[in-house]
Amino acid sequence: MIDLTLTELKDALARGDFSARELTAAYLQRIREHNGTLNAYITVTEEQALAAADASDARRARGEAGLLEGLPVAHKDIFCTRDVRTSCGSLMLDTFNAPYDATVVARMADAGAIMLGKTNMDEFAMGSSNETSYYGPVRNPWDTARVPGGSSGGAAAAVAGRLAPAATGTDTGGSIRQPAALCGVTGLKPTYGRVSRWGMIAFASSLDQAGPMAHTAADCALLLQAMAGHDDKDSTCVNEPVTDYCAALSGDISGLTIGLPEEFFPDDLDGRIADATQAVVRVLEQRGARVAKVSLPSVALSVPAYYVIAPAEASSNLSRFDGVRYGHRCDDPADLMDLYKRSRSEGFGEEVKRRILVGTYALSHGYYDAYYLRAQKVRRLIRDDFKRAFEQCDVLLGPTSPELAFALGSKKDDPVTMYMADVFTIAVNLAGLPALSMPAGFIDGLPVGVQLIGNYFDEGRLLNVAHSYQQETEWHRQAPALGGTA
Amino acid sequence: MSWETVIGLEVHVQLATRTKIFSGASTAFGAEPNSQACLIDMAMPGTLPVVNHEAIRNAVRFGLAIGAKINQRSVFERKNYFYPDLPKGYQTTQLEAPIVGAGEVEIRLEDGSTRTVRIHHAHLEEDAGKSLHEDFHGMTGIDLNRAGTPLIEIVTEPDMRTAEEAVAFARKLHALVTSIGICDGDMSQGSMRFDVNVSVRKSGDPLGTRTETKNLNSFRFMEKAIALEIRRQIDLLEDGGTVQQETRLYNGDSNTARAMRTKEDANDYRYFPCPDLLPVEITEDDIEALRASLPELPDARRDRFTRDFGLPDYDAEIISASRDMSDYFEQAAEHAGDAKLAANWMLGEMSARLNAEEIGIGKSPVSAAHLGQLIQRIKDGTISSKIAKQVFDACWQGNGSPDEIIEREGLKQVSDTGELEKIVDGIIADNAEQVAAFKAADEKKQKKMFGFFVGQAMKATQGKANPQQINQLLQKKLQD
Repeated sequence: MIDLTLTELKDALARGDFSARELTAAYLQRIREHNGTLNAYITVTEEQALAAADASDARRARGEAGLLEGLPVAHKDIFCTRDVRTSCGSLMLDTFNAPYDATVVARMADAGAIMLGKTNMDEFAMGSSNETSYYGPVRNPWDTARVPGGSSGGAAAAVAGRLAPAATGTDTGGSIRQPAALCGVTGLKPTYGRVSRWGMIAFASSLDQAGPMAHTAADCALLLQAMAGHDDKDSTCVNEPVTDYCAALSGDISGLTIGLPEEFFPDDLDGRIADATQAVVRVLEQRGARVAKVSLPSVALSVPAYYVIAPAEASSNLSRFDGVRYGHRCDDPADLMDLYKRSRSEGFGEEVKRRILVGTYALSHGYYDAYYLRAQKVRRLIRDDFKRAFEQCDVLLGPTSPELAFALGSKKDDPVTMYMADVFTIAVNLAGLPALSMPAGFIDGLPVGVQLIGNYFDEGRLLNVAHSYQQETEWHRQAPALGGTA
Repeated sequence: MSWETVIGLEVHVQLATRTKIFSGASTAFGAEPNSQACLIDMAMPGTLPVVNHEAIRNAVRFGLAIGAKINQRSVFERKNYFYPDLPKGYQTTQLEAPIVGAGEVEIRLEDGSTRTVRIHHAHLEEDAGKSLHEDFHGMTGIDLNRAGTPLIEIVTEPDMRTAEEAVAFARKLHALVTSIGICDGDMSQGSMRFDVNVSVRKSGDPLGTRTETKNLNSFRFMEKAIALEIRRQIDLLEDGGTVQQETRLYNGDSNTARAMRTKEDANDYRYFPCPDLLPVEITEDDIEALRASLPELPDARRDRFTRDFGLPDYDAEIISASRDMSDYFEQAAEHAGDAKLAANWMLGEMSARLNAEEIGIGKSPVSAAHLGQLIQRIKDGTISSKIAKQVFDACWQGNGSPDEIIEREGLKQVSDTGELEKIVDGIIADNAEQVAAFKAADEKKQKKMFGFFVGQAMKATQGKANPQQINQLLQKKLQD
C-alpha cells in the first residue's frame, strides 16, 4: 500500500481495502526500517498516530469521514504541534513542546489526517541542502550520499522514500520546490497569504508560505484544499474564497499559453536539465498548450535582493529566542548580557548566525537605505516583470533547480554557491506568486524537477497543468530502491 | 543675558481598550503576574499579531481632538532591541508613517495668558512588560501582563519654556484624553507617563544640548524634575562645563536624578516595517464617523461654562478639565438652581474631601442631586452656610439626603422673629457689663465687639439662628 498515491489511498480507505490503523502501522513500520538511513524524521509520534488512526476508523464507521480521513501525513518540524516537540531543526528548540497547534496542523487534523511525526529540516528553514539541521543531514532516498535539498528536505525524502504518503513543507525561497525536485516528488508553494502562517515558526515573514508535498498534483490539490483559507489569526492571510482544487483537475490544457522566461534558460544551464525541461514543454504542447517566449529582466537581481530581505526579517524574527522564556538557556549565566550571548551562541548553528549577522547589518543605521530599501525596490521590479509576463501567458515554466542533488558536504563551506541553488525559485517568493515543482525525469538515476509558476491565486490552474502532465507520464510513480518491506 | 529653557515632551498614553493592541488578552490592571499574557504576548514561536481596531479608533479620536492630520495609511514598524520584558526582542511601533500627524494644543497659564504647543505627531505602539526586582533573591522576575497594552506616544515640538507650561500642557493632555474617553487617566497606574526633553540657552542662541528625563508619572514629579534639570544644566554651563546628551532617571522620593545612558550607548534599533501586519488603512468615512462621535472637548466646555453659567475663568478651567467634574457640575447646578454656588462647593468643600480620600468625583458619596439640594436649602434660608457644612459631612458619611439629615437632626434655621427676640433679650440681660461697654465705645470698637453678641446668640441656638435676623435684632436692641 505504500506505493499508492494519497488520492489512491483515500479511495482505498473509502472502499475499506484496509483501515487507517493498518495504513498508519505500515508507514510506521517503514519509518522504523529506513529513518535510520534517511534521517527524514526528527520526531516520530507513533502512539499518537495509532490512537488517531483508531479514532479515524471510528469516525469513518459512523459515516463522518473528512476530506483527509485516515490519511497519514508528516509535518515539517517548523509547524507548532501541541505537546509534541517543535524543534525547527535547532538545538535552540530541542526541548520545546509547543503549547498549541499551527493552523495548518489543526485544519489537516480536522479533515481527518493522521500525523506520523515531525520531519527534519534545515535549521530555522535556512539552507538548501538540509545540512544545517541540528539533528544531522537528511539523505536523498535516490542516493544516500547526496542531499535531498532543503529546507523541507525531511519532508521530500519522507515522501520519496515512502516514509509518508504526503507531507507539509514551507517555502521562503524555494524550500518546498527545490527539495521536491531533488527527491522526485510534487510540491506546491501557494500564493503568499493563501495558507495561514499561524503556528509556523517565522523565518522571513513576508516570504514564508506553507504548502503540500506528495507524489502527484492531485494529491497536492487534496492537501491544499484542507490547508488553504482565511484565518483570523494571521493578518497577512488573504480573505479570498478557496478554489475547489480537486474539481480543477480536468486534465484539459488546450488553449493554455505557457511562457518560457529566457532568464530561466541561461547559457550555462546544465544541458541535461535544459533538455528535460524542454521535453516537458513538448508533452504539454501535445496536450494542446501553446508556448510563448517571455522575459523577466529583473529576476537576475532576485538572489541578492532575497539575501537582504530574508536575513533582515530573520534577524528580527529570531530575536525572541533569548533564553528567557523558552528554548535553550546557557548554564549559570553571569548576568543578562552573558545569558543572551551564550544562549544564542550555543543555541543557533553557523548558518543561522550568519544570516542574523547579515540581516542585522542590512537594517543597521546608515545601511538601511542602501540594502533593505533597495532590495524592496528590486522586489517591486520583479513583481512588475511577472505582471507583464502574465499578460502574455497563463503559466510560466522552467527548471526548478539549476542542478541535481549534490553530494553531502560538497558545498558546506561555500554559502554563496549554496545560495545559487535557489536562483530559479526565489523570484517567485519575492513576488508572492504560487509555483509548483513536479518530477520530469531522471539524469544518472537522480530526479529532475520542472517548475510551473502561476498568477496570484491560480493554484487550480497550476495543479491542473501538472495533473495533465502526470496523466501522460510516469516519473511521479518511480520509487527509489531502499529495500525492506513494501 | 538670562537663560532660556526649552522643553519638549514625549507622552505615553495607555489606551482604555478592553484587550491588547495585538492580542485578545485583557488589559485590566493589577492581575496576578503573567495571568493576562497569552501566547502572543509571550512571543511563543509561530504566533502572529492581529491589530485591535478599537486602539486605532482611539488614536484617530485623539488626532481629531487636537485638530491633527489623520494619516489614512499608517505603518507599524519593528524597533529591535533585547530586554527581558520585551518578549519578541522588538517593540511594534510606528515611525515613518504614524497614524496622527501634526496638530496643536492650546494651554492656559495661571495668569490667564495662553500658549500654543505644536504636536509633531502621535503614533500607536505596544507597551512592554515589567521586570520585578524584589522577592527573587538576585534574580529578576518578568511580568508580561502589561506587554502589548496599547499606547499612543504623543511627541511635541520644543514649544514650552517653563516647568509651569510643561505641567499646564500635561494637564491639558490629561483633560483631553480622559474627556474623549480614550484613557482612564489614572497616573498612579501608569496610564500616562511623561518623558521630558530639556535644554537651556542664552536668549537668541541656537538650541542647546538636551537631556531626556524618562518615565515621570505625576504632574508634581514632572515639575520638580524639570526644575532640577534646568538648575543642573545652568550650573554646569555657568561653571564652564557642557551638557551631555543623555537619558536621565528621576527619583521622586529624594528629588534627585542620575544619568542612565549617554548618546554613545544608544541602541541602533534597526527599524523596519513589520511584515506580519498590513498597513493601517482608514477611510474618509471612518474619520468623519469618529469626528461626529467626539464628545464636547474641554476648551469648548470651558467657554460654555463661562458664557452660560457665568463662572470665573479659573473655576471653568478646572471643572472643564475633567469630564466627571463637568458632568457633576452641570447636574449639581441644575438641582441647585445656582451654578456659581455649585462650582464653589465643588472646588471648596468637595475637592478638599476628594483629595483627602484620594478619590475622583465619580466616587463621591455626595451625589450631584444631594449637593444641589443642599445648596437649595441654603438659598431658601432653611439652613445657614455654617450648618450646611455639617449637613454636607453627614451626607458624605452616607446618613441620607440633605433634607433627611436636616429633618432628623433638627438643623433647621431658627427664623421665627419672636423666638429670636426672646433669645436676644436674654443675652442683653445676662451680659449687662458688655452691653454697657458696647454702648460707651466708638463706632470702630463697636464693630469689633458686635461679634461677641452674635457668638452668644449662635451658642444659645446651637448655630441654627438665622444670622441675618440675629444681626438685625442685635443692632436694634444694642442701639436702644
